[in-house]
Amino acid sequence: MDDIRGMVLLLPGLQLLIDVLRESGWTVRGPTVRDGVVVHAEIESVDQLPAGVGDLQDGASYRLRERGDGAVFGYVVGPQGWKSLLFPSRELLWSGHRTGTEVDVEPADVDAPRLALLGVRSCDLHALEIHDTVLAKRAVPDAAYLSRRENTFIIAVTCSDPGGTCFCVSMGTGPVPDKDFDLTLTELVDQEGHRFLVQPGSDRGEHVLDELMTRAVGDEVLNAARTDRCAAALVGSKAAQRMGRSLDTDGLRDLLYANAEHPRWDDVASRCLACTNCTLVCPTCFCTSVEDVSDLSGTQTERWRVWDSCFTNDFSYLHGGSVRPSVRSRYRQWATHKLASWVDQFGTSGCVGCGRCITWCPAAIDITAEVGAIRSGEG
Amino acid sequence: MAVNESARSRPKLAVWKFASCDGCQLTLLNCEDELIPLAGAVEIAYFPEATRAMVEGPYDVSLVEGSVTTASDAERICEIRKVSRRLITIGACATSGGIQALRNFADVSQYRSIVYAHPEYVKTLERSTPISEHVSVDFELHGCPVNSSQLLEVLAAFVQDRHPRIPSYSVCVECKRRGAICVTVAHGTPCLGPVTQAGCGALCPAYSRGCYGCFGPQDTANTQSLADRLRVLGMDESQTLRIFRTFNAGAEPFRTESARHEEVAP
Repeated sequence: MDDIRGMVLLLPGLQLLIDVLRESGWTVRGPTVRDGVVVHAEIESVDQLPAGVGDLQDGASYRLRERGDGAVFGYVVGPQGWKSLLFPSRELLWSGHRTGTEVDVEPADVDAPRLALLGVRSCDLHALEIHDTVLAKRAVPDAAYLSRRENTFIIAVTCSDPGGTCFCVSMGTGPVPDKDFDLTLTELVDQEGHRFLVQPGSDRGEHVLDELMTRAVGDEVLNAARTDRCAAALVGSKAAQRMGRSLDTDGLRDLLYANAEHPRWDDVASRCLACTNCTLVCPTCFCTSVEDVSDLSGTQTERWRVWDSCFTNDFSYLHGGSVRPSVRSRYRQWATHKLASWVDQFGTSGCVGCGRCITWCPAAIDITAEVGAIRSGEG
Repeated sequence: MAVNESARSRPKLAVWKFASCDGCQLTLLNCEDELIPLAGAVEIAYFPEATRAMVEGPYDVSLVEGSVTTASDAERICEIRKVSRRLITIGACATSGGIQALRNFADVSQYRSIVYAHPEYVKTLERSTPISEHVSVDFELHGCPVNSSQLLEVLAAFVQDRHPRIPSYSVCVECKRRGAICVTVAHGTPCLGPVTQAGCGALCPAYSRGCYGCFGPQDTANTQSLADRLRVLGMDESQTLRIFRTFNAGAEPFRTESARHEEVAP
C-alpha cells in the first residue's frame, strides 16, 4: 500500500482540483441533486455536490436520504450513467440537401467537449471499458464516440455505501476502482475529519496532482499519511461486504443457453411492461436506431441516430413483421444477451452489477431474482 | 393562371371535424413557421377552421378530427371516405372515441338529462366511436392533442409517398432520452408512461407529473402489470379505473383494463 502515491485533499482541496481542471480547459461533470435524484451536471463549485445526501434503492424505488455526515460521494449511482455524455441519446449523423437531381451529403460535426467526469464508480468504469470494446474496437469504430472518449478525464471514486440493488462484487467490477482512471478518490469521514485520499492512475493525473501541490496555499492539500491509506482501504473492503443483491455467475452463460424454454420467461413477461427503462438506464446497452427526417419540400434531410431498445416491437421489425412480438422473447433476448451471448460476442459479461435496471424498472423486475429462479428451477 | 396551374398539381388537403374540441385542428394552425411551406406542398382545399374558401373534392388526403357520435356523423364519414384518396385520423377522439366515449360505459340518456336543459332536442348515438369503426383508415395519429411535429411528419410522408416515422413505443423512451427523472420510481407518483405511446416528448414527467395517457396505448401495453404497480403506489380500484378512463377510454387495452377494475370497485 505504501508504494501508491497519494495526497489528501480537504474540501477546499477538492475545490482546487475542480479549479485546476477547469483552468486546464476541462468542463467538470459531477454529481448534483435534481428532482429528488443524484444526476450529473456541470460542476464549478463543491457547493453543488450532494453534501450529506445518501439514497435508498430497491426494485422500482429510489429515495434520497439525509446521511448527517456531509459526505459528497455518499450516494450510489443514479439513473443516468455517463453513457449520455459519450454516447448521446440523439446524435446527428449527416444531413443532405437536394438541388434538382443533385444530392449533397454533409457529415455532421462531432461535438467532443473536453469533459472531466467527477465521481465515476467502479461499475461505471467497467461499463466504459465495455463501451470501448463495443463501439471503439470493432472493425469500423464509432468515430464520434472515440473522439469524445479521448477527450475524457476520469476522476473515479471508491463506493463507500453501496445501495440495495448493487451487485458489483458478483460481477467482479467493484466497488474499488482498479483501472482506467486518471485520478481516484476515496472519501473519508471519521474522527480525523472530512477528507479525500486522491491517487493518480495516469500521467495526466500525476500532472494534475503536481499542479495541486504547487497551487495549494494552506493545508487544503496534504501528503497522505499511512493512516489515511489504511482508512481508505477499509472503505472499499467494508463496501464489498454490503452489496444489496448478488448474482451467482458460475456457469451462467451455459445455464441461460440451456434454459431458453424455461417457464420463468413467461412469468417475467406477465410483469414486464416492455417500457424499455432497463435498457435505457443500463450503462452498457448500446442499441440504436436511425431516423431520417425530411422537410415538407423534400429538399432537406437529416439522419439521426437515437437510443433504441430490444424491448420495443419495432426493434426487431424485419420485412413482414417483428421477430420478437412477445414480451417473453424480448426479456429473454435482453437477459440472455447481457449475461450470456455478450461473453461470446465481446469477451466479457455485459452486466457490471450497477443495479440500475432493478431500481428503475417501474415493475420492480430484478434480473438477479429472475436468473436465480431459473437456476433453482422455479417456474 | 400559372399560380392556378401549380395549385392543381399539388395534392389537395381537406380537414374535417367530427365530435371533438378542435384542439387537433388548432395544432395544425399552430404550426406557424411550417404553415407557408405546407401551403406550398399541398393545396389546402377544405379547412373551415382556417378559411372559408372551399375547393370541391375529391381530395388526395383528408385529415379527420373527432369521433362519430350522431347518425349524421356516421353517414358523413362514409361520404368523406368516398371523396378521399387517403384518410388520416388525428387525435384521441378520432382514433379511440375521445373523452366523450365515457358514455360507452354508461347510459347516454341519463348523461343527456343531467347536462342539457332540453335533452329532447339532442339526438345522439349510444356510443362514441373512432372513425376506424366506420370506414377504412390509412393512418391513425394519436394524441390529445396530436403533436405538431408528428402531424407535419405524417403530411410530409404522405406528400413524399413514404411511411410516416411515428414510433409506437412507450413514453418512457422519450423520458430517458431527454434525461427526465422517472416520477414513479423516484417520487412514487402514479404514471401511465410505461403503457402509453410516445409522441408528446414526455411532457408531464419532465415537469414531475405522472403521464395521463393522452397518446393512448403503446403497441405492447401491459396494463394489468401496471395496474398492479399502481396499487402498490396507493391507488385503489376506483382510482385505477378512472386513470384508464380519460381521453383514450375507448382504446382497447385501456378499456379492458378499466373494466377489470369496475368489477371489483366499490
